[in-house]
Amino acid sequence: MGMRYFGTSVQRQEDKKFLMGQGRYVDDIEFVGMLHGAFLRADIAHAKINGIDTSAAREIPGVHAVYTLDDLGDPYPNKPMTTAYASPLLKQTICQHLLAKDEVCFVGQTVALVVAESRHIAEDALSRIVVDYEPLPAVADCRNALDADAPATHLGLDSNLVGNFYGKFGDIDAAFAEASHTFKVDFHEHRGGGHATECRNIIANYDAGKDETTVYLTTQAPFLIRRLMARYFEEDESKIRVICPDVGGGFGPKNGPYAEEFVLAIVSKQLQRPVKWIEDRRENFVATNQQGDQMWHMEIACEDDGKILGARGRVIHDMGAYVPYGLLLPATSVFPLPGPYALPALDVTLDAVFTNKTCTSPVRGAGRPNAAYAMERLIETVARGLKLDPADVRRRNFVRKDQFPYTTGGTLPSGDPAVYDSGDFHSLLDMALENAGYEDFKERQAAARQEGRYLGMGISSCIEDTGFGPYEGVKVKVQPSGKVLLQTGAASQGQGHQTVFSQIVAEELGVDIDSIVYQSADTGTVPHGVATAGSRVTANAGPASQAAARLVRKKALKLAAEVLEIDEDDLEIEDGIVRATAQSGRNVNISLGDLSFKLTPLMNGKVPDGFEPELEATSFTSSTGVPHASGSSVAEVEVDVETGEVKLVNYVIAHDCGKMINPMLVDGQIIGGVVHGIGNALFERMVYDENAQPMSMNYGEYLLPIATEMPPFEVLHQETPSPHNELGVKGAGEGGTIPAANAIIAAIENALEPFGVVVNDHPVDPQRICELLDEAQARSGAA
Amino acid sequence: MKPGRFTYHDPTTIDELTGLLASLEDVKFLAGGQSLMPMLNMRFTQPDHLVDLNGIDGLAGIALNGAALEIGAMTRQATLMKSGEIAEHLPVMQAALHWVGHFQTRYRGTIGGSLCHLDPSAELPLIALLCDAELTVVGPEGERSVAMGDWPLAYMMPNLSEQEILKLISITPWGGHHGFAFEEISRRRGDFAIVGVGCQLAVENGSITKAAIAIGGADQVPYRLSEAEAALIGQPASEETFAAAGEVARQKDAMSDAYITAAYRQRLANVLTKRTLAAAAQRATGE
Amino acid sequence: MSEQLKDTRDITVTVNGKSYQEAVETRLHLADFLRLQLKLTGTHLGCEHGVCGACTILVDGEAVRSCLMLAVQANGREVTTIEGLADGEELSPIQEAFSEHHALQCGFCTSGMIMSLTAFIEENPGADEAAIREAISGNICRCTGYQSIVAAGVAVAAKQAGGS
Repeated sequence: MGMRYFGTSVQRQEDKKFLMGQGRYVDDIEFVGMLHGAFLRADIAHAKINGIDTSAAREIPGVHAVYTLDDLGDPYPNKPMTTAYASPLLKQTICQHLLAKDEVCFVGQTVALVVAESRHIAEDALSRIVVDYEPLPAVADCRNALDADAPATHLGLDSNLVGNFYGKFGDIDAAFAEASHTFKVDFHEHRGGGHATECRNIIANYDAGKDETTVYLTTQAPFLIRRLMARYFEEDESKIRVICPDVGGGFGPKNGPYAEEFVLAIVSKQLQRPVKWIEDRRENFVATNQQGDQMWHMEIACEDDGKILGARGRVIHDMGAYVPYGLLLPATSVFPLPGPYALPALDVTLDAVFTNKTCTSPVRGAGRPNAAYAMERLIETVARGLKLDPADVRRRNFVRKDQFPYTTGGTLPSGDPAVYDSGDFHSLLDMALENAGYEDFKERQAAARQEGRYLGMGISSCIEDTGFGPYEGVKVKVQPSGKVLLQTGAASQGQGHQTVFSQIVAEELGVDIDSIVYQSADTGTVPHGVATAGSRVTANAGPASQAAARLVRKKALKLAAEVLEIDEDDLEIEDGIVRATAQSGRNVNISLGDLSFKLTPLMNGKVPDGFEPELEATSFTSSTGVPHASGSSVAEVEVDVETGEVKLVNYVIAHDCGKMINPMLVDGQIIGGVVHGIGNALFERMVYDENAQPMSMNYGEYLLPIATEMPPFEVLHQETPSPHNELGVKGAGEGGTIPAANAIIAAIENALEPFGVVVNDHPVDPQRICELLDEAQARSGAA
Repeated sequence: MKPGRFTYHDPTTIDELTGLLASLEDVKFLAGGQSLMPMLNMRFTQPDHLVDLNGIDGLAGIALNGAALEIGAMTRQATLMKSGEIAEHLPVMQAALHWVGHFQTRYRGTIGGSLCHLDPSAELPLIALLCDAELTVVGPEGERSVAMGDWPLAYMMPNLSEQEILKLISITPWGGHHGFAFEEISRRRGDFAIVGVGCQLAVENGSITKAAIAIGGADQVPYRLSEAEAALIGQPASEETFAAAGEVARQKDAMSDAYITAAYRQRLANVLTKRTLAAAAQRATGE
Repeated sequence: MSEQLKDTRDITVTVNGKSYQEAVETRLHLADFLRLQLKLTGTHLGCEHGVCGACTILVDGEAVRSCLMLAVQANGREVTTIEGLADGEELSPIQEAFSEHHALQCGFCTSGMIMSLTAFIEENPGADEAAIREAISGNICRCTGYQSIVAAGVAVAAKQAGGS
């Protein structure tokens, strides 16, 4: 049988319900007797709490309960949460209490909960709670957090340092000693929030009969949350069930634990009622993790031709007020630093610091977009300093095709050496440049400048470590009806898991894709999973889907051969029917459904000898190493030098995520990812004042990319199979986002080259571009 | 983000409304709701009484009364945009409406709501100012007339008592052949303008005979660039002339906030003044 | 407190062709009325301040943000939501095109996108790409990057223009 599903742009199995308004998100689910919660949140960035008066709130008709931390009862007043990812590098692992104890450390921190008949009433009651705050000095800017006179972000801290993360290999001193040139560059990177269109939502439903709590949750990691809850509550995991219904986007911030789900689980048990909490958008701006700021001070050593010898520097990384997510974000900002380049030596130290701002955790790409931007900034700096074509500087430094597998010298957070499995970075760049019209761009640019129009083109190249382990569980089971049940632990937030894993299973098993019934992300029914994060699901659940389907196929063929009295090798499976091949000369068949029926007999039946019941298999097969996707992007912009406005004219991305299961879905991932990166480059900025009071708390002030501002996107593919799994697949979820910022920023710099403008910091807005133009003019006037 | 409790009123006549207003305290008026509803949802405003103007007879409509175009305060922005009268007599308003929010918000948003909300960067107050609109307000004491120039008292504060509503906007379009233009700079399509500029220009034999320039977003309230308007008269419709007008706009005071500096607003006021004057001159002198 | 000052009202509203008589709390916005009272949960709330467009529905055929209208204001009106577009199992042309062009991922903004485009293309058959982009500029999608949504809109607009 030829490839029917794998590699083809099958329309999504998921779509119809969403198109008809029949998706079921957490807020669409109701239970009899359900109550509604609303959280009172800190409205001051740092303060001591001298008292909380909830008496007036309790008097409002329709209010069932009001909780402060003390009201939750023992042991919670003395039991802060724990970090999801502990690390010996964490010097101060400060995690918050479920509700504030005696201090609030960021605007948005949970202080109290009202549970009422309706959300409206719960909010009525919130405004009647009086908190006696004693304001304390706050740290708003990570760049000042380690200053000698910086305020303590938490009462009693001697230092605001959370911990350090290091990226070191090679002989950095020799690199700088031998270099013909060295350049320094400083840049500030800001990445805002995930801004999934659905906020974080929860229903906790305690069943007293079973002594079991079911939590409907918008999480990317149901099994992680179940484990963290079980540990925190000192319960058996079987007593907690986490279910992800349809989830309206993840993008990282939905991957970790939050106080709210713990509080709701406690409260549902105490009240013996289902309790729903729906995060509203104003809360989302302060209560859901963001990615925050990084300040980079870098130095690079290179030869005359732009060949890089080494890079060193220091990064200050804003952690926010607590560390719910450990050091994963700093880690992913440093270890991927070499990018697609053969970098002989690196020495970077990252200082992760507390501020009095919303907690941080990965947003699409985690620290990788930051690291890619840092490396690409260095490339731009070298090209500018040596007056070289930035494309040539990249070519000169890329890991060559013949160097795979390539060991960078660096180390992954797991402690394993970083090894690039496969790719062809040179051809990817060439492909992108050719389609962007790079060769004759200089002519177009010159002609436009004659008319007073400033066009610019920028390049950005990256790698993406995808598919980190350990596994995602997949179960495939043929039902007596002939339908094939496909279960995965991996939660979907819109990626199209159902379609791609159905494609794999349908292909491997030989069934029609429409005969597959998909279930996922319910810790009560599906095999163990890890998380939908870091572009890891396809490279884990993909191989597991294939392996599980293959085991089922083997079992089916073995049983069919016995039933049909034919050699297994003379059988094939097509559209769910096991039949004799044409070459066998026989004309017999049996359906997979009938085989399933034979393996699941009832009282008067018998399981065939030599077989276990059920036509099913579970697999945790995953990639054997880290598949590295790669890409080169080229952006074209036009800058209005009077207003500073940037128009995105064109964007080409050449991308390699190995074998593509469904090219249409890959394009969707990439383009969506690029747009997120464009947001980071030009639009999205979470503004805080000097007291760490957030200013951007609505979508009129926090600007997300919209349709009219986006350029046409052209996505080109190169398919270099990963040797780490039989499918040859790599992750594709973040490869669009990772390189985007530098492509845009470099394009702006290229457009403004006649003025000598260097942007460096992002996001950059029209006002800043005008300021840079004015500064450049002042410099040239002074010169 | 659910509104607090209020008592809802939906009068159907002006008389019923004025009767209500005489007896109620802490009232908000609900016109198109595109600014008030978010504030209610976020509990930024929690009035005791909400008076819905949508059911009141005779508050919406566009009519030509002699030379004057009379626009009911509750006329929807979408209606204005599609109106043949507006297209014919007040094309500068139509040009500006294109920039007001999104088509979904223009179906609800009203001209009166926009004038009363008086966001400094809003397009319709700027146009009303540009076109020397006369406003009719009504309250328990009856009707009174306010020139648009006297309408903004301070930042987002119109010349309106708590018991009055805006009833009618009357604009007498410029007669004769003239040009117009409206441009604004916003971060994204449909966003509030950082700065917007509208102008009308009459040109005879290459020299300017009549000029009006209104600027929004730059300062706390929209304003007319009167100094430049006067200086333009008798000048040639040339780049140098418009650059000089732009320079006047740059010199005006501007506001700054957490996002945008006064200097950038002044820069945009300059650029847009130049550009809209040039575009208007082209229309004025073109076929 | 007089009868008039009670904060609930009786309204009659037609939703997706079906007439409802309901007592509504006057502070309930239209989106919450549809979701909480009529159990039509296909209309989603993404920001509740009128920017994201997820709650877009049609009122008397016009696309509006249902978080920016009160339920009482729908009295006597005809409302269409995402649940009212398909004819039984048969999807509307825009719904079909969304699937063909992979114009949805998580599905959360999809209802609003489809309602915006339904109203816009009805009024502007043959709308070009720039017009389609502008029509959805008040609808935020975090997943797709918009290109596929625009492609779906352009395809349907071209078909509607050709067919009329």
